[in-house]
Amino acid sequence: MAPEGGGYPGRVMTVDSLYPQLEPLLAQVQKPIQYVGGELNAQVKPWDDVAVHWALMYPDAYEVGLPNQGLMILYEVLNERPDALAERTYAVWPDLAGLMREHGVGQFTVDAHRPVRAFELLGVSFATELGYTNLLEALDLAGVPLHAVDRDETHPVVVAGGHAAFNPEPVADFVDCAVLGDGEQVVGDITDVVAAWKAEGRPGGRVELLARLARVDGVYVPRFYAVSYAADGTIAEVLRTRDDVPARVGKRTVMDLDEWPYPKQPLVPLAESVHERMSVEIFRGCTRGCRFCQAGMITRPVRERTITGIGSMVDAGLKATGYEEVGLLSLSSADHSEIGQLAKELADRYEGTNTGLSLPSTRVDAFNVTLANELSRNGRRSGLTFAPEGGSERIRRVINKTVSKEDLVRTVTTAYANGWRQVKLYFMCGLPTETDEDVLEIAELAVEVIRAGREASGTKDIRCTVSIGGFVPKPHTPFQWAAQASAETIDHRLRILRQAINADRRIGRSIGLRYHDGKPGVIEGLLSRGDRRVGRVIERVWRDGGHFDGWSEHFSFERWTAAATEELGRFGLDLDWYTTRERTEHEVLPWDHLDSGLDKEWLWEDWQDAISEDEVGDCRWTGCYDCGVCPTMGTEIQIGPTGRSLLPLTVVR
Amino acid sequence: MARQPDGPPPPPTVQKLRLRYTKRGPLRFASHRDLARALERALRRAQVPMAFSAGFSPHPKISYMGAAPTGAASEAEYFEIGLSARRDPEQVRVALDASLPPGIDVLECVEARDGSGSLADRLDATRWRIDLPGVDADELSAAVQELLAREEVLVAKRTKNGTRDVDARAAVVRAAVAVEAGCAILHVVVRQLTPTVRPDDVMAALAAVADLRPPLPIRAVREAQGRLDDSGEVADPLGPDRAVRSCCQEERAQV
Repeated sequence: MAPEGGGYPGRVMTVDSLYPQLEPLLAQVQKPIQYVGGELNAQVKPWDDVAVHWALMYPDAYEVGLPNQGLMILYEVLNERPDALAERTYAVWPDLAGLMREHGVGQFTVDAHRPVRAFELLGVSFATELGYTNLLEALDLAGVPLHAVDRDETHPVVVAGGHAAFNPEPVADFVDCAVLGDGEQVVGDITDVVAAWKAEGRPGGRVELLARLARVDGVYVPRFYAVSYAADGTIAEVLRTRDDVPARVGKRTVMDLDEWPYPKQPLVPLAESVHERMSVEIFRGCTRGCRFCQAGMITRPVRERTITGIGSMVDAGLKATGYEEVGLLSLSSADHSEIGQLAKELADRYEGTNTGLSLPSTRVDAFNVTLANELSRNGRRSGLTFAPEGGSERIRRVINKTVSKEDLVRTVTTAYANGWRQVKLYFMCGLPTETDEDVLEIAELAVEVIRAGREASGTKDIRCTVSIGGFVPKPHTPFQWAAQASAETIDHRLRILRQAINADRRIGRSIGLRYHDGKPGVIEGLLSRGDRRVGRVIERVWRDGGHFDGWSEHFSFERWTAAATEELGRFGLDLDWYTTRERTEHEVLPWDHLDSGLDKEWLWEDWQDAISEDEVGDCRWTGCYDCGVCPTMGTEIQIGPTGRSLLPLTVVR
Repeated sequence: MARQPDGPPPPPTVQKLRLRYTKRGPLRFASHRDLARALERALRRAQVPMAFSAGFSPHPKISYMGAAPTGAASEAEYFEIGLSARRDPEQVRVALDASLPPGIDVLECVEARDGSGSLADRLDATRWRIDLPGVDADELSAAVQELLAREEVLVAKRTKNGTRDVDARAAVVRAAVAVEAGCAILHVVVRQLTPTVRPDDVMAALAAVADLRPPLPIRAVREAQGRLDDSGEVADPLGPDRAVRSCCQEERAQV
C-alpha cells in the first residue's frame, strides 16, 4: 500500500492534466478506453473560470458507474452553473491502480484527467454499501487522508450521497458529510456555501466550512454528532456536539420533477456499459409499501413526471445520444398514472425507427399485454421480467407484495401465449419468517408457469429464468429490526430449491436458476445496519487488499470475517450481532437521528403487521395510512393523469 | 420453421457506402467493439437511413473489416454500410463526422458500385509506423536487418484457442528505420494473414532475433491499409470505387 497523504502539493491556481503521465500506463492495462473520457456529451470547463470544483465519483468500475442516473444528473446540474464545474471519477481496477502507485499518478477524473486531490469537493454516490472499500482506495490513490479528522482545508470535502447515505455511520470516519435524499437542489446549496466561504478568505478553516455545511438542509456532518454506547453494545445516545447544527437531519425532496428534466444530454460511452440504453425517470418514490424495499421507503412521496415532460426528455435524449432503446425508469414503472397512453404514444411517434422502449421490471398485478406490446412494437422483443419477490402467498403477505399464485401463473402464461418466449422471475431468499416451504414454492411456481405456458403457447420453446437474491434488512424500512438469515440458511434453501426445480428434467430444462451464495449478503447486512464501530472493519479489509466487493472475483468473505472478528471483538461484538440479531422496539438504531420522514412508530407497527401477515394498501388509491413522510417533510403525492397527449414529432424513418 | 415477426419485411438496401475513418489521440485505446458501438450510434444521430436485417432483432447493415488492435492508432480503418434510401456520400461523411467524437474522424466516403468487388478483399496489408521512444536507431536498424535476413521467426501469440506460434517474418513485406525528433521510428508493411501479425508481434520478433526490448511503451499508427501491389506498396482500397464513379458521373445519386 502506498503511504497515506503522499502525492500532490497544496492547491495551485491552474490544475494540469495527468494524462501525459497516465497515457503510457494505459497501454499496459485491460480496457483502457474506460480511463480516457471523451464520451459523447462529456464536458470540460476551464479550471480557473469557476470558484467551486466538484469531482463526482461512482465507487465502482466505469462500466457500472457511467450509466448511473444520479451522477449524470448532478454532473449536468453542476456544470450548468457559471460558478462551478464537475468532473467524473470511477474506481480504478487493480492493474492500473498498481501502475499509478508505482509511477506516482494520483486518482484522476476521466473528463480532464485532473487530480481528485485538487477539487474542493468529492461527491461519492453510494447505491450499495459494497462500494465502501473502493472509496478508501480512491482516497488513498488521490493522496487524501482516509480519516476526515486528518484533512485540512487544502483537501476535498468528501460528500456521500445515494441510498446508502441514509445510514452513513459505517463510513462516518471517512466522509466529511452525507447528503440525504434528492441531490438536484442540495448540490447547489453546497456549492453556494463553499463559494461564499472561499470568497471570504476561508474563515475558520475546514471546521467552519463543515459547520456551515451542517446547517444546509439535508446535510449531515458526522463529526458534529457524538455516539455513546450502553454496556450491552447497543447505542445509548447520539448527541450533537454543537448547538448550531440540527439535532436530526431531514432528507431533501424535489417536488416538481418537470422542473428538473435531467439528464438532458445523457453521457454515451465508447466503452461497453451495463446499460446500453438511455433512461428517463418517469416518477420518483413508491408507496406500494413493499416492506423489504428501502428505495420505496426513503423516496416517498410519489412524484410523477408528466406525460409531456417525459415525451420531451425522450425526444431530446434520443437526439443527443443515438441510443436505440429508452428505459422508462422508476421503482414500479407500470404504476405511472398515464403509462398506457405514454407507451402507445411513444410507440406511435417512433414507428419504423427501430427504437425500443423498456421497463426495468413489471409488477404482476400491473402487467397487461397491450402495454407490453406497445413497449416492444418498434424495438427488439427481449424478455419480460416480473418480480414476485416471495415464493409463497404467505410470504408475499409478509413483505406486502400480495399476488395470488393463480394471478401470477395467469399473467406469465398470457405473456407466453402472446409470443414472449423468455420470462424472468425475481425472488428473494431469507425474508423474515421464511421457512424452507416458502422457498420451495418458488419451484412449484416455476414448474406451473412452464407447464401452463407450453400449453398456452403450443410450443416447448419457452424459458423461465428464476433469479434469486439474498434478502438484506435495510435501515428506514419495517424490516430494519429483523434478524437477517445466515449464509448457511440461504445456501441450504437455495440447494433444496435447485433440487426441486431439477426433480423433473422434462420441465426443469426450461427453467434457469440464477443466484449467488449467501456470503456477500451477510457483509452487505453488516454495512447496511452497522454503526461507527464498523468503520474499523472496512478500513482493515481495505488495508488487507479488499476492494471491488460487489465483484465475486474480488470479494473475499474470509477477509471480511477475519477483520470483523478482530475489530468488533474489541467491543465485545461480532458479525452475528450486527446481522442475525433481531432488534427490539426501543433500541436506538444507528440512523435514528437521520430523518427519512417515516415515523418510527409506524415502521414498528408495519413490522408487527408483517409478522401477522397483514397487508397495507397504497396511499395513492386507498387513502393515507400515516407513514409520516408528507407531514414531516411538507410534501404531498404528485400524480396524474394530466389529460395531456404527446404531439407527433417528425422523426427520421 | 423460424418464427417471423408480423408485418412487411424491412426496406431493402438500395445503396452501399464505403467509409474510411481514423482512431487518433486517446481514442486509440478504443477496441473494435467500442468503435462499432460508437459508429452505430453516430449513424442514428446523423439520421443516416440505415437498412436493417429482418427478424425479431433487426440490426443495421454494417460490415467492419480489419480493425486495428486496441492501443494502436489508425489513419485507415474501413467499414461499409447499407442504406435504405440513397444519399450523397459526401453529405453522409460530413454528417457522420460531426456526430463522432474528435479522434474518430471520417475522412472518406464513396459509393460502392456493383461489380467492383468486395472491400474486404482489397484489405490484405497494412503500412505501420511504430514510434520507439528510448530505442537507439542503429540498434533498431541492426535488429530489423537481422529479422529480414531470417527465413522464419516464430513468435508466441495468444489466440482464443490458447497460445500458438506464428511466423512473424513471413508477414513482413518491407521494413525501414527512420529518426524523427530524436525518436527511432520503424516503418513496416505487414501482410494481413490469419492470425494477424500485429505491431506487438513484430516487436516480439525483433526481441527474438536481436534481443531488442524498448524501455518505454511503443506507439503504433496504421498509416494505410489496402491491397499489396507489385512494388510492395499498399494501394488505396477505395480506388476501384472511385474509378467506377468518375466514369459514371451522370448517374450519380439524387439527394
